[in-house]
Amino acid sequence: MIEIHNLSKKYGTFHALKDISLHIEKGTVFGFVGPNGAGKSTTMSILATLMLPTSGVAKVGGYDVTQHPKEVRKRIGYMPDFFGVYDQLKSTEYLHFYGASYGIPRAEREQLIPQLLELVNLSDKADTYVDSLSRGMKQRLCLARCLVHDPDVLILDEPASGLDPRARIEMREILKELKLMGKTIIISSHILPELAEMVDEIGVIEHGEMVAQGKVADIQSRLRVKKVIHIRTLEREEELAEKLRDELHVTSVLTDNTGVHVHYSGDDVQQSALLRQVVSWEIPIVSFQEAQSNLEDVFLEITKGGPRE
Amino acid sequence: MNWSKALINPVIDKEFRLRMRSKRSMLSVLLYVLALGAIAMGFIYLFLYLGQRGPQRFDPQMSQMMFYVLSFAQLVLIAFMAPALTAGVISSEREKQTLSMLLTTQQSSATIVLSKLVSALSFMALIVLATLPVYSIVFLYGGISPKQLVSVFIFYLFVMLLLGSLGVMFSTLFKRTIVAIIVTYGAGLIIFLVTGLLYLFFMGIEQRNMYQSGQPIVPGSYSWVGYLLGLNPAGAMMSLFNPSFSEQVFMLRGGSLNSKAPIELWLEFFIVYSVVIVLALWVAIRNIRPVARRKRKVKISAQPPQGQETAGNEV
Ligand SMILES: Nc1ncnc2c1ncn2[C@@H]1O[C@H](COP(=O)(O)OP(=O)(O)OP(=O)(O)O)[C@@H](O)[C@H]1O
Ligand SMILES: [Mg+2]
Repeated sequence: MIEIHNLSKKYGTFHALKDISLHIEKGTVFGFVGPNGAGKSTTMSILATLMLPTSGVAKVGGYDVTQHPKEVRKRIGYMPDFFGVYDQLKSTEYLHFYGASYGIPRAEREQLIPQLLELVNLSDKADTYVDSLSRGMKQRLCLARCLVHDPDVLILDEPASGLDPRARIEMREILKELKLMGKTIIISSHILPELAEMVDEIGVIEHGEMVAQGKVADIQSRLRVKKVIHIRTLEREEELAEKLRDELHVTSVLTDNTGVHVHYSGDDVQQSALLRQVVSWEIPIVSFQEAQSNLEDVFLEITKGGPRE
Repeated sequence: MNWSKALINPVIDKEFRLRMRSKRSMLSVLLYVLALGAIAMGFIYLFLYLGQRGPQRFDPQMSQMMFYVLSFAQLVLIAFMAPALTAGVISSEREKQTLSMLLTTQQSSATIVLSKLVSALSFMALIVLATLPVYSIVFLYGGISPKQLVSVFIFYLFVMLLLGSLGVMFSTLFKRTIVAIIVTYGAGLIIFLVTGLLYLFFMGIEQRNMYQSGQPIVPGSYSWVGYLLGLNPAGAMMSLFNPSFSEQVFMLRGGSLNSKAPIELWLEFFIVYSVVIVLALWVAIRNIRPVARRKRKVKISAQPPQGQETAGNEV
C-alpha cells in the first residue's frame, strides 16, 4: 500500500532524510518511531503530498505522491503533528466542510457525520463550537476528519501527543477499531509501549536514516534484547550481585537503589535453575522478577538515545 | 451540476461562515460606513458653512464635487482595507495550522486561492455597497448620473481585485501574515502614490525641456508621460468622471484641444493591471502547493500496479 524507495529530503544543506526505503502492506499498522528531529514528520508530509522529496520515490496505493498527488490525496487521511481548527465552526460544520472538500455530496454527509462522531465519542459535542472543545476532543475530531472520505491509508503524526492517559487509551481504542476496519495505518509516536500493543510493524528512524524495520518481535530478537531479571533483597545486595556474576548466561549485573538487575540470556529452564541457585544462597529475597523488555528498550537500544543502566 | 453548487464551493462556504460570524467583520462594516459618512458631513460643513461667501446653497455642481470627494475618499479607504482583508487568507491558515489539512483535500490549488479571494472581495463589495446611503445625499441634489455611480463601483471592484490578488500572492509567498500585509501595503503605496509622483516628476521635466528647446508644438502630439498617470487609480478614476481628462493629461502645454488621447486612462489602467492580476494569481496558485515537474505523461490507470517491489526493503 505504501512504498518508499530511497527517499531523501534536504532542507537547504541539511539532510533530513537519507535514502529511506519502506514497504507497508495493506491492512498493516506501522509504527514509526524515532527521537525528536529524526525525520518522521518529514516523511509523513511527503507521503501526504505536502512536500516534495529531494530524490527518491514514494507511492501510496500505487500512485506516486509527486506525479499524481490528487489520486494520493483521495486515498489518505492525514493528521499533522500540530494542527489547528476553525474556531467559528461547530463540530458538524467542521466535518461538513472537509467532507465537502473531498467532494462528498451533502445527503451522504448527513448520514456519515453522526457515525463518525459516534466513532470518536463526540456525539454529544455535535453542535459545540470547535474552539470550546478540549485538546483531546479536538484531536479526536481531527481523527474523524481524516476519515470523512473513507481513505484506505491513515497517516497519523503523533495522534496521542499532549493527551492525558485516559484520552490516550481512548485514542488507542479508536485506532484499534480502525485497524479492524482494515485501514492501513502509519502512526508516529515517541511513546513506544503505547504503540507496542497495536502496531504490527515498527520502523525506527534516527538522523534521517532507517535504523531498523520489521515485525516488533523480529526486531526485538534481532537486537538480542536480553531478559532483565530484577531481584529485590532485604540485605546483602552486593554479595548477591557478586555471586550472580559467576553464574552461567548472566551477561551483566547492575545494582541500584531499586535492587539488582541481571541481564540474562538463558531460557526459561535455565532461569528456573538460577532461581533455585539464588534461593540456596540464603540471602533474604523479596522478589525475583523478569522485567518485560518492551519497545522502549528496543528504542533506546537502537538509537542509543540515553543510558539505560 | 447545478449552479449553486458550482458557485458555492466548500471553501467559499466556509469563508463566508467564518467571516460573517466574527464580530470584527460587522464592526468593520460599521466603522467603514461611519468613516465615509463623517467625510460627507465634513464636506458639507466645510463648503456650506465655512465658505468665504457665507452659507451657500447646495446645488448640483456642489453635489458633483461632493461625489468626487466621496469617491476619492472611498478609493483611499479601499486601499487601506483590501490588503488587510486579503493578505492573510493563506498565511493565517498556515499560522493557525489548518493549511496542511486543507491542502490534503481534493480542492485544487486554484479553487482554494480563488475562493478565498472571491469571499474577501464579496465582503469588501458588501462594505462598499453599505456606503450607498451616504451617496444618497449626492443624489438628492442631482449632478451625477446613476451610470457614473455604477462605473465607479465597478472601478472599485477592479481596484479591490488588484490589491486582493497582490495580497493573496504575498500571502502565499510569506509565512507570516503580518509580513504579507506590510508588503501588500508597500505594493499599494507604489500603485497609489509612486505612480502619481513619477507622473508629476516626469511631467515637470518634460515641460521644462519644452520651454528650453522652444520648439513650436506640433498639433496632435502627445507626451508619453501621460501613460504614467494611467497607472494611478486616482488618475484612472478621474478619467472615468471626466471623459476629456485623458486628453488633457496626454497633452503638453499649448497643444491643441482636438488632439486625441492615445488611450483612455481608465482603459490603460484596466489593461495593465489585468495582466498584473493574472500574474499574481498565477504565482499564488503555483505557490500554495509544491508542484513537481511531470516526468512523463501517464494516463492514470484505474487499477494501479501494486506490490511489485517487495525486494530491496531493509528489514
Ligand atoms: N521546514 C524545515 N526547514 C528546515 N529544517 C527542517 C524543516 N522541517 C524539519 N526540519 C529539520 O528536519 C529534521 C527532521 O524533522 P522532523 O520534523 O521530520 O522530525 P520528527 O522526527 O518529526 O521529530 P519530532 O519527533 O520532534 O516530531 C529536523 O532536524 C528538523 O530540524
Ligand atoms: Mg514530528
